[in-house]
Amino acid sequence: MRKFARRWVLRGIDLRVDAGEIVALTGRNGSGKTTLLRICATLLRPTRGSGSVLGLDLVSDAAAIRHHVGLLGHAAGVYDDLTAGENLAFGLRMQGQHPDASRITSALERVGLETEAGERARGFSAGMRRRLALARLLLRPPRLLLLDEPFASFDAEGVQLVNTFATDVARAGGAVLLTTHDMSRGRGVFDRRLHISGGRVAEGALDADDRDLIEMLELP
Amino acid sequence: MNTPDPNVGNLRAPRWLTPFGLFALLFFIGAQLTAFFISPPERDMGNLQKIIYVHLPGAWLMGVAYLVVMVASIGYLWKRRERQDLVAASAAEVGLVLNGLTLALGSLWARPTWGVWWTWDPRLTTTAILFVIFAGYFALRSFVDDDDRRARWSAVVGILGFINFIIVYMSVRWWRTLHQVQSSPETLDSPYVLGVRLNAIAFLFLMIFFIAYRYHIARIERATQSLEEERALTGGAVHV
Amino acid sequence: MSAGHEWSRVSAMVWKDLTAEWRAKASFHAVVFLAGLILMLFGFALGPDQDALAEAGAGIIWLTLLFSGVLTFNRCYERELEDGAFEALLLYPGDRRSLFLGKLLSNLAFLLMVELLILPAAALLYGLPILESVLPLAVVLGLGTLGFVTLGTFYAAMASRLRAREVLLPLLLFPMLIPLLLASVEATGALLEGDAMGRAAGWIRLLVVFDAVFVTASFLAFEYVIEE
Repeated sequence: MRKFARRWVLRGIDLRVDAGEIVALTGRNGSGKTTLLRICATLLRPTRGSGSVLGLDLVSDAAAIRHHVGLLGHAAGVYDDLTAGENLAFGLRMQGQHPDASRITSALERVGLETEAGERARGFSAGMRRRLALARLLLRPPRLLLLDEPFASFDAEGVQLVNTFATDVARAGGAVLLTTHDMSRGRGVFDRRLHISGGRVAEGALDADDRDLIEMLELP
Repeated sequence: MNTPDPNVGNLRAPRWLTPFGLFALLFFIGAQLTAFFISPPERDMGNLQKIIYVHLPGAWLMGVAYLVVMVASIGYLWKRRERQDLVAASAAEVGLVLNGLTLALGSLWARPTWGVWWTWDPRLTTTAILFVIFAGYFALRSFVDDDDRRARWSAVVGILGFINFIIVYMSVRWWRTLHQVQSSPETLDSPYVLGVRLNAIAFLFLMIFFIAYRYHIARIERATQSLEEERALTGGAVHV
Repeated sequence: MSAGHEWSRVSAMVWKDLTAEWRAKASFHAVVFLAGLILMLFGFALGPDQDALAEAGAGIIWLTLLFSGVLTFNRCYERELEDGAFEALLLYPGDRRSLFLGKLLSNLAFLLMVELLILPAAALLYGLPILESVLPLAVVLGLGTLGFVTLGTFYAAMASRLRAREVLLPLLLFPMLIPLLLASVEATGALLEGDAMGRAAGWIRLLVVFDAVFVTASFLAFEYVIEE
């Protein structure tokens, strides 16, 4: 359970995402999707109750969880005065890794920013910033990928990037939890859909349109 | 995890609170009267000396109250129980009042004694600095909306502020002796000691009462808040 | 994470902050000019008697540093808060105290550079014989700045995320700095007067104690402050 400012935002979340799954979490704005994701990423502590991610407790093993989790949030978290390449180098060094030039270049290529490698991020558009943030995540593919409204401020190409990345993570045995309030984007990528409202999560009914395009998987 | 008090449903004040309050008040009156009557006027200060029966105990208990803040703050950071945050804040409030009282009385004493409203006396100066530190404590609390963050941050500020207490006192005292300024007498002559000690105990009882009472009010405030939120979310019947 | 990894994180933070600052340059120039301006204002307020100003020199220097330096602390977090980079920092695996150490070191470097410019300026304006005791003065400056930067970086981690940050930071920080101010001013003053009685040594010891206590306390408490 999580209390935010003076409001209880999440209450009694019971959520399971299994390895190899891509789960979409839908809900209106303010329904607590972002809060839930941030709790899973250990950015927030539950106000009451407990939880675990990948078998690690959210409170006592938070540092260990961070090794395996990646979050692409609303804000890109990009430094204006550094170049795209430097931003990624910084990301690598903050993870205790050597800022390998070839890794950085290939990550930039994957998100289509290779020509901007030496450009300062100050001039980037919102979409470019998010792609840079995505590249940063690509440098260390997480076991649990959390995407908060990943299709916002992305053009069709960007959406495709997200889908590819999510699928790669799932295929490698990881899991993906993404939030969206727009089910039309990213078709074909979800295995399961959950709906959050009133602070609680429920299995969402699939619309007729979705059924054709979404692969239904057996839930263990 | 910020664990709300499991007894939130039981909001009645503890039974001992009111009788204890009355007892503390009576003891205080008794102590003040006793001190007044058993002690003769001081040779230099005359009857002004009697101010120390409030000033000194007030200062000591201010320190005790702030110590409670520090202990409760450490407790909160360790266990994250809401109760500990409320105790810390209540003790800080009582401490701040005692702090202001000590400053005012110190100033009132300085005026007839040395002809100035303020001296850079180490104790008075340290008291003034502590006042600002804990005023800052409350300023910080007023700007943070999230309960857990407010509790954590004010706990840290309270702990660091209290740690600084000793360093501030030592440095101001040294500063003064280096510049060869006279300090007020540190030891009390014997006719006055009993009166001061008696009043120190009286202040202790009063401090305990006020902290407990303020804590009780804080719990009610917190519970009211929770009920309002519940009602807003569920839009109807609320189970306590 | 191993110590080597943590050190890499710290140096990455320092590199990032100093590089960004170097490229933007806005902060450094502003702080230096503000410090210079404050120095002049003190001159107007306390002068024009040269002797009186020279006597007040140590106090003027340290107050100038405090008032102009306090601006750096909130700023150092603002860069992170602007684009949500703060969260990204929290999400990297590793000890979060490395974030604190990194910020502390870059703020320290920043302020020491400011002081390198301001101290000679003050010496010129107020006729202070800094060259005669440059080394001990450097020690006092270093210790005083360390304590200032440690507590400033620490309290700004809270204040920068609140609405009234410009008021809240000085309100929380300055009372805590009073022993540091006393010790630094006294030591500096004694050194500028030739320190015939060796008074500076005692105050330097106090500075060392102050720094030791608060560097330790800040590191221990940082985890509680940096969480969302």
